[in-house]
Amino acid sequence: MTLWWIVAGTVVGCYLLKLAGYLVPARVVENARARRLVELVPVALLAALVVVEAIANGRHYDLDGPRLAGVAVGAVAAWRRAPFLVIVVAAAATAALLRLA
Amino acid sequence: MSAPTRRSVVRDCVGVGVAVGTYGIAFGAAAVAAGLSAVQTCLLSLLAFTGGTQFAVVGVIAGGGGIAAALGSGLLLGSRNALYAMRMAPLLGVRGLKRLLAAHGTIDESTAMAIGQDDSELARTAFWWTFGAVFVMWNLATLLGAAGATALGDPAKFGLDAVVPTAFLALLAPRLRQGRVEVRVALGGAVIAAVLIPLTPPGVPVLAASAALLLAGRVSG
Repeated sequence: MTLWWIVAGTVVGCYLLKLAGYLVPARVVENARARRLVELVPVALLAALVVVEAIANGRHYDLDGPRLAGVAVGAVAAWRRAPFLVIVVAAAATAALLRLA
Repeated sequence: MSAPTRRSVVRDCVGVGVAVGTYGIAFGAAAVAAGLSAVQTCLLSLLAFTGGTQFAVVGVIAGGGGIAAALGSGLLLGSRNALYAMRMAPLLGVRGLKRLLAAHGTIDESTAMAIGQDDSELARTAFWWTFGAVFVMWNLATLLGAAGATALGDPAKFGLDAVVPTAFLALLAPRLRQGRVEVRVALGGAVIAAVLIPLTPPGVPVLAASAALLLAGRVSG
């Protein structure tokens, strides 16, 4: 039963958060500086997500060699402007192959 | 690469969907392993539809956390979608039912793909195609992962754990080419998150990274 409450709360909460952003008065984002800052928000969050997903496991640092090597190979591919699929497949293949070794 | 066309944008969006979808398998498997039923797992992907939050919630459940901890970290992570929506609202210019639908599709990937485009027409194309591709693939993959959770074994064996950070990195890359302010903000966000990992509950490091916007300094519109 608790699990159902968690599922319901997550579903409703997530949707309301998304919708809230569309209901903010337009003038808030019409201001040039505010707009530029909102534009930059995903840059900060995406960078944080890269770090957290790469080196964290819950509240602990988790430096896993094959995973970090995969991310590094993916980073090189991204830097070389490879297509998105090539980037992630290179990362997964690197990590998987290193674990076979 | 040559200037992006509608066709190349659509191709990239579908690529994002397929890539994210592969990780949906891991989500489905992780959720079932944490004790959710396959139906609950699929409902999360269909209706919550925001990967970071879903993983956070499942992680807390797996760690024995209760409702407050699960919803707390999940919604903290999900709150960034409100910021994305503020960014997308003027770009999409949607009203009525279409706005309700756009809200559902406002996630990391669709926002990143949209704002990575040079003009607003391509940005709208990128948003809707990424939403569609990710939605279809994420949900099919969740179902697959939930159904085959035991058969798949450890997702790390297939390198799927390297896919998530790399996917976010690939989404970030075009933004880093837009200017020094972007690079500064990204580095700031990365450092903030790295420092906070052991100090705060899951979800907080990512949200707190938005403080890196202070590094934007005097930005011009």
